[in-house]
Amino acid sequence: MTAATAAGALVAASTETGQASLGGNGEEVLFWVIAPLAVIAALGLVFARKAVHAALCMAWVMISLGIVYFAQQAPFLGAVQLFVYTGAVMMLFLFVLMLVGVDSSDSLVETIKGQRWFALVFGVGLAVLVISVLRDVTYPSAAGLKDVDTGGNITTLAGLIFGTYVWAFEVTSALLITAALGAMILAHRERLTPKPTQRELSIRRIREGSIKAPLPAPGVFARHNAVDTPALLPDGTPSELSVSRVLTARGQLRDLRSVADDVRVVEAELTDPLGDQGPRTSREGTPGIVPGDAAERVAGGGQAGGGRGDTGGSTDRADGTADGKGAAT
Amino acid sequence: MNLVWWLYLSVLLFTIGGITVLVRRNAIIVFMGVELMLNATNLAFVTFARINGDVEGQVIALFVMLVAAAEVVVGLAIIMSIFRTRRSASVDDASLLQY
Repeated sequence: MTAATAAGALVAASTETGQASLGGNGEEVLFWVIAPLAVIAALGLVFARKAVHAALCMAWVMISLGIVYFAQQAPFLGAVQLFVYTGAVMMLFLFVLMLVGVDSSDSLVETIKGQRWFALVFGVGLAVLVISVLRDVTYPSAAGLKDVDTGGNITTLAGLIFGTYVWAFEVTSALLITAALGAMILAHRERLTPKPTQRELSIRRIREGSIKAPLPAPGVFARHNAVDTPALLPDGTPSELSVSRVLTARGQLRDLRSVADDVRVVEAELTDPLGDQGPRTSREGTPGIVPGDAAERVAGGGQAGGGRGDTGGSTDRADGTADGKGAAT
Repeated sequence: MNLVWWLYLSVLLFTIGGITVLVRRNAIIVFMGVELMLNATNLAFVTFARINGDVEGQVIALFVMLVAAAEVVVGLAIIMSIFRTRRSASVDDASLLQY
């Protein structure tokens, strides 16, 4: 501890006079490690496209602030920060995100013209203003809490909370109870109509003429068995009903056009079963290792399929791309 | 170490939180921006407590945390009920009082 104070005195001597200096070089290292990380994570809050990523960035900021509190002679606050903020509040945020829907990403359309630039100017202006004020203030030489925290940080805090601030503390309990009640009332939903039974649901389904059988399963297809691959209907068009709505909302669905390409490839294999088994065009739509060869094979299959007739719009498009690739090579 | 650096960090975090509130449309992210601003002020409180050698700053930071926890509970409940009625968590859609 004496070494730390000696180092603190050294740092204090090396910096300007009138500046509040305390702590050793260890704290300086901590600052330069944790401050950039915290600022980057906070910027993630502004720039993250998905709300879950923003929440995780926020959780990191809160954890790093908890560590900072520990370093700043506030161990009780550090523990409370970790428990209450990172443990409870951020999990509550994630919970609500799950309820509201993970796919509720931001629309990137500006409703007010130039709002982003005004926000940026406001933010930079605020930061410059406050930092310049903080630079010019003359601070007392940093006192530290060693003389105050004689009985330990928690004991001192308890003395203050249950002594000077006991009334505020009691009012806080009323506030928390009110908040809990309010949240319950806001989140509670009264059921206005009786819950439909299975019988009523099935009757309604028949009356509406919607699909009665189970939905088609995804990925029932020669080249894929993944859930993000839509099943193919008898006429070769992919069925939207076969894949989960969540995948569609997240945009993680396999592109229908690449599936249509696969149809051509499979048809080519069927019409030319004795052809060499070299690398085919990959399913992501990117050309394989020998793009020209594969594209020609695809184009040949397309002509064979066209001879059979009954080609949908998507297969026609696949024809066009395959021909284009063949012509390019 | 010069303790004012922690104050600078606090100002930066507060500014980023403010920009988040102004720029983002998702109500939950806007709310997280508010939380970030509260956290930044807490950091300033703790740092000032250390500079002045007085624990009261820490007590105030603790009360800020308590109020923030209550605020989060009520705010998220409001966001959820708005989402339930309007099927959207965007702050632009909640414009019922406009017309």
